[in-house]
Amino acid sequence: MKENNNFLRGIADGIPVCLGYLSVAFAFGIFATDKGLSIIQTLLISMTNVTSAGQLAMVPIIAVGGTLTELAISQFVINLRYALMSVSLSQKLGKSVNMFDRFVISFVNTDEVFAIATSNKFLVGKKYLYGLILTPYLGWSAGTLIGAGAGNILPLGITSALGIAIYAMFVAIVMPEAKKHTQTALCVLCAIVFSCLFKYMPLLKSVPDGFTIIICAALSSVIFALFAPIQNEDEDGEQK
Amino acid sequence: MIKNFWIYLACATLITYLIRMLPIVLVKKKIKNKFLLSFLYYIPYAVLSVMTIPAIFYATSYKISAIVGFLIALILAYKEKSLVTVAFFSCLAVFLCETIIKFI
Repeated sequence: MKENNNFLRGIADGIPVCLGYLSVAFAFGIFATDKGLSIIQTLLISMTNVTSAGQLAMVPIIAVGGTLTELAISQFVINLRYALMSVSLSQKLGKSVNMFDRFVISFVNTDEVFAIATSNKFLVGKKYLYGLILTPYLGWSAGTLIGAGAGNILPLGITSALGIAIYAMFVAIVMPEAKKHTQTALCVLCAIVFSCLFKYMPLLKSVPDGFTIIICAALSSVIFALFAPIQNEDEDGEQK
Repeated sequence: MIKNFWIYLACATLITYLIRMLPIVLVKKKIKNKFLLSFLYYIPYAVLSVMTIPAIFYATSYKISAIVGFLIALILAYKEKSLVTVAFFSCLAVFLCETIIKFI
């Protein structure tokens, strides 16, 4: 199978993620400094964790001096979905990706980086991956710094509009594939129904977000893997 | 004043990193099982859909502007425009929509 190993291509694919991250990280920066963290502390959290939901959950715990157990469990639950994504990503890595690269790339294996890498037509190589993680990481760090340092400079209209960037990008990743394969479209619809149930149904809506993502996504994927298994993966990759 | 910041930071960083790193480092073989392959094919699209809906409708200042932005994204994505294009015009649609709302 062919390997996509173009650094600039990775950069290009990473730019919309970077823009989305700027706005989300910006909001995180404001949030964390509001809770009493310093600008440097806020920035360090973003640069070491690179995870939106996990970071949002840890700030209140740090701010009130919660226990380490509480912190550990919340991070584990919220971030467990990345284990699934990392298994999936491991299957997409080309031959050029060595052990050292795996240690580095996994550090920035966010939802968005994972989605773009795994929805690639071909296997992904190390140069492509380094390009792909570079701008999102910078965007995440810079956005946090700006939000923490100067949160109220940007007019609300701009931050509000930026808020949709990341989701619009998700639509752009899913739609072409759903258009091409009916079973993918159905799986997507199924996942959306589960997601809405977990958002609005009593009881179900008290499940933490990190779990909701795992449960809904895994459930719909299992159902479709059982009843609508994909044909040959290579064939699938060729015709796109 | 925040106490024990470094311990908290180290703890969260370590857990998050291990969750992400272990599977990538440990799973080195190509999976052959058809069920697993199918599952791994579906999972990114399912994850993204779950994260997008209904969250997208709460991502902006007004629900109506989010709906407009979402529709623009759907149309452009259906036409298979690039990620940047879809994201940009969706943001623009939200911005224009909210500007109009403020004038009404």
